[in-house]
Amino acid sequence: MPNFIDRRLNPKDKSLGNRRRFLKRAREELKRTIKEQVKAGKIADVDAKHSVPMPEGGTREPSFQNAKGSGQREYVLPGNREFTPGDRIPKPSSGGGQGGSRAGTGDAEDDFRFVLSREEVLDLFFEDLELPDMVKLSLKEAIAYKPRRAGFATTGTPTNINVGRTMRNSYGRRLALHRPKRKEVEALAEEIAALEAKPATAERRRRLEALRQEVEKLERRRRVIAYVDPVDIRFNRFEPQPLPNANAVMFCLMDVSSSMGEREKDLAKRFFVLLHLFLKRRYERIDIVFIRHTHEAREVDEETFFYSTQSGGTVVSTALEEMLGIIRKRYPSKEWNIYAAQASDGDNIAGDSERCASLLHEAVMRLCQYYAYIEIIDERETEIFGATDNGTSLWRAYRTVGANWPNFQMTRIARPADIYPVFRKLFARQPLGQARS
Amino acid sequence: MKKSESAPDLLFRSSDWNFGKLSRVYDAISEIAIDDLKLDIYPNQLEIISWEQMLDAYSSIGMPLMYQHWSFGKRFVFEEHLYRKGHRGLAYELVINSNPCISYLMEENTMAMQALVIAHAAFGHNHFFKNNYMFQRWTEAATILSYMDFAKKYIARCEERHGTAAVENILDSAHALMDQGVFRYRRAPRLSSEKERERARERLEYEEQTYSDLWRTLPKKEADGTEDEREREVRDRKRALHLPEENLLYFLEKNSLILEPWQRELLRIVRVVAQYFYPQRQTKVMNEGCATFVHHTIMNRLYDDGKISEGAMLEILQSHSNVIFQPAFDDPRFSGINPYALGFAMMKDIERICTEPTSEDRDWFPDIAGSGDWRGVLLDAWANHRDESFVLQYLSPALIRHFRLFQLTDDADDPYCEVASIHNERGYEAIRAALARSYDIGVIQPDVQVIDVDLLGDRHLRLQHGVKHGVVLEEATRNATLRHVRRLWGYDVSLEGVDAESGERLYECSTKQIGE
Repeated sequence: MPNFIDRRLNPKDKSLGNRRRFLKRAREELKRTIKEQVKAGKIADVDAKHSVPMPEGGTREPSFQNAKGSGQREYVLPGNREFTPGDRIPKPSSGGGQGGSRAGTGDAEDDFRFVLSREEVLDLFFEDLELPDMVKLSLKEAIAYKPRRAGFATTGTPTNINVGRTMRNSYGRRLALHRPKRKEVEALAEEIAALEAKPATAERRRRLEALRQEVEKLERRRRVIAYVDPVDIRFNRFEPQPLPNANAVMFCLMDVSSSMGEREKDLAKRFFVLLHLFLKRRYERIDIVFIRHTHEAREVDEETFFYSTQSGGTVVSTALEEMLGIIRKRYPSKEWNIYAAQASDGDNIAGDSERCASLLHEAVMRLCQYYAYIEIIDERETEIFGATDNGTSLWRAYRTVGANWPNFQMTRIARPADIYPVFRKLFARQPLGQARS
Repeated sequence: MKKSESAPDLLFRSSDWNFGKLSRVYDAISEIAIDDLKLDIYPNQLEIISWEQMLDAYSSIGMPLMYQHWSFGKRFVFEEHLYRKGHRGLAYELVINSNPCISYLMEENTMAMQALVIAHAAFGHNHFFKNNYMFQRWTEAATILSYMDFAKKYIARCEERHGTAAVENILDSAHALMDQGVFRYRRAPRLSSEKERERARERLEYEEQTYSDLWRTLPKKEADGTEDEREREVRDRKRALHLPEENLLYFLEKNSLILEPWQRELLRIVRVVAQYFYPQRQTKVMNEGCATFVHHTIMNRLYDDGKISEGAMLEILQSHSNVIFQPAFDDPRFSGINPYALGFAMMKDIERICTEPTSEDRDWFPDIAGSGDWRGVLLDAWANHRDESFVLQYLSPALIRHFRLFQLTDDADDPYCEVASIHNERGYEAIRAALARSYDIGVIQPDVQVIDVDLLGDRHLRLQHGVKHGVVLEEATRNATLRHVRRLWGYDVSLEGVDAESGERLYECSTKQIGE
């Protein structure tokens, strides 16, 4: 008699630890692969599974192996049809033995790709990035709990009794145990009363006796089978649920005047998506507010923000005012971590840039965790503007803000390839001392 | 069609399995296996597992207990990918050479498949594990599981104490030398240090007793005194270290000067695992052939006895013929000779030779042809052969014709391969010998040995690669592996390639040249 053991309920994923070790080992290489894939592909695709080739360095398992194209070998192969001894067969030019018996096994692993889950991809992508100003988050680190309904329990405090559930149980039990109804008892009592009212005969007396016994039995039964028994009682059960108290709102500000072409918008979008992705990993809940502006600013939905065009002049300060209004109305800075990213080509109506700077100085920067300004410039301009302080009026005005507020960052980008490095620069670890008080 | 009359005897009807049916089938199979085939097995332990658990078992090289290492994760990722993409199905079973013999059955299998798998693994493989001389000599079925349990816990403890990275470094290096970490010709010396000391003392005593002052008066050899002295010194130190040594891991474990005791223990664990799998690699054809032959015989017997239905038998045969499918060399599905196909065909052929020999068989196999006792012949073959000797002994001309085998020689310098022999009168012996050689692990695996080290001098470890037929080592992996040896040894390591026949030195490389 064999010993049968059912292992199906045993824990699975015995190899999970090994998989984790493997990924850790290949980390650097996988990171590089992901980076390349992100650079080449669409930014929105970052937030998904990625198929990556088997990493080579670090996960090689060398051993002494016979070299393929050396020495004299012999093979025994099945399926001869037309060969006779002495036939000479040209070797395939790609090298490796004609026999191929060993040729396949070694290479297969190198061509092999495997899939990294979305989480693994993003972890690799964002590794060692830190939020620029984590003060608010760290202050709110202690998790708040809110009780959340989670089914029923047989124990609890009287205030939590669930009457409906309790009565349902009681009713079912009463039905099942045939608890006499009050009506039945009353009907018998009436009958007794009616009989008592009539003159007593022997037959009636017997009948009366029987009825009284019946009533007594029913009453006893009613006493034994309680109307509401402790076993019926159900309490509402509550489970403490961590509150997503780390809320963030991300303001996307963009100039949509005609000077912003498709290329500029595309670059801006990529930047916004990256910022969003990053915030999404830090905060449980993120709202995004899109504000576009020409000579006037309006809050719009994402579709309109990126894809509809508007003509008009350019007054950047309107967008900042709109943003301040929205913060006042919907996102009090006590409860929300506010992030803002502004994309522009740097054009602004004369005199407005100074107003923007003062708005930032006086109001916006006090409220924001972080404010990023990216100026999208022409590729040809990169050489000219690359490192100098020259530039558009907006750029010059914003430089004064940047000098005073460590949580204000500004930079210029010209190509999709620039975004990622810029992104890294923007979110490079900041010394804690500079944190906003 | 007469089977339908005996339908009431069917062991199972539907394709769903349950433990009652499994037990009934097991008993029926056991009856045939033990009473008729005279199999001798370890007690069986059949475990039902899901596909995820099968993947887990796959990636930890089929051991139910295995220490943690990233390379198993790599294998897991690989296997899982293939399985999810549908490139490869999972095995229906997995069997572990242990006592009791553990067989894994997949829960997805139908009842017919479970029956097949029980016959295949729990009886075929089990018998082979218990009786084959290779397994008897090199593995200890009774203790392997408790040893692996120890190994897993020990390595986990080391990781806690010394850090994962330190442990992984040693394991990586040890894994690189796994193929060179087995004893091929002798068992590991088992002397405890106490016994060893005892022996040394005895030897010394003996020397003292037999000391004769007379020898001292013999004149010393004059010529080339210094050269001779050096040579003798080398010889002495080689003898002291038991050099040359084929088991690199053993040598490093015992003699490396830089390893901590726990690191030595890690090497030992890897070495024990390697040694445990050493027989399996040399008996693939026989092992699978034995199991396939056993399940084929038993299933047919059950069917003949009316114990399994035609439907179930068809399913079994379909799966059986998939397993023993051998595509021709130019078929895109060809990936070498299928051990199941060759093993099964050879054992079936032995049965035929014993019962219905042709005159050719009588010439080639005078001992067994027509003897009628195929059970005895097979039991003997299973017990006393490995793939190489089994092919050499039992591959018949009929089978060579059946597979239409031909032999191809391939000289690296020649742009052409040459057909050396085909399935004809003149070719049989050559093909048989060549096929046998291709299963000889001594031929297919590079032979690397420790030949010398001067522990008192520069501690330079010298390895030698015996080059056979001019087949050298692949350079990139060779250098990488040498670096691993250096990590374990702590001092420079060099490898020289020496032609096994002429003794000519073909190449030499050292960790000094290839750098870290």
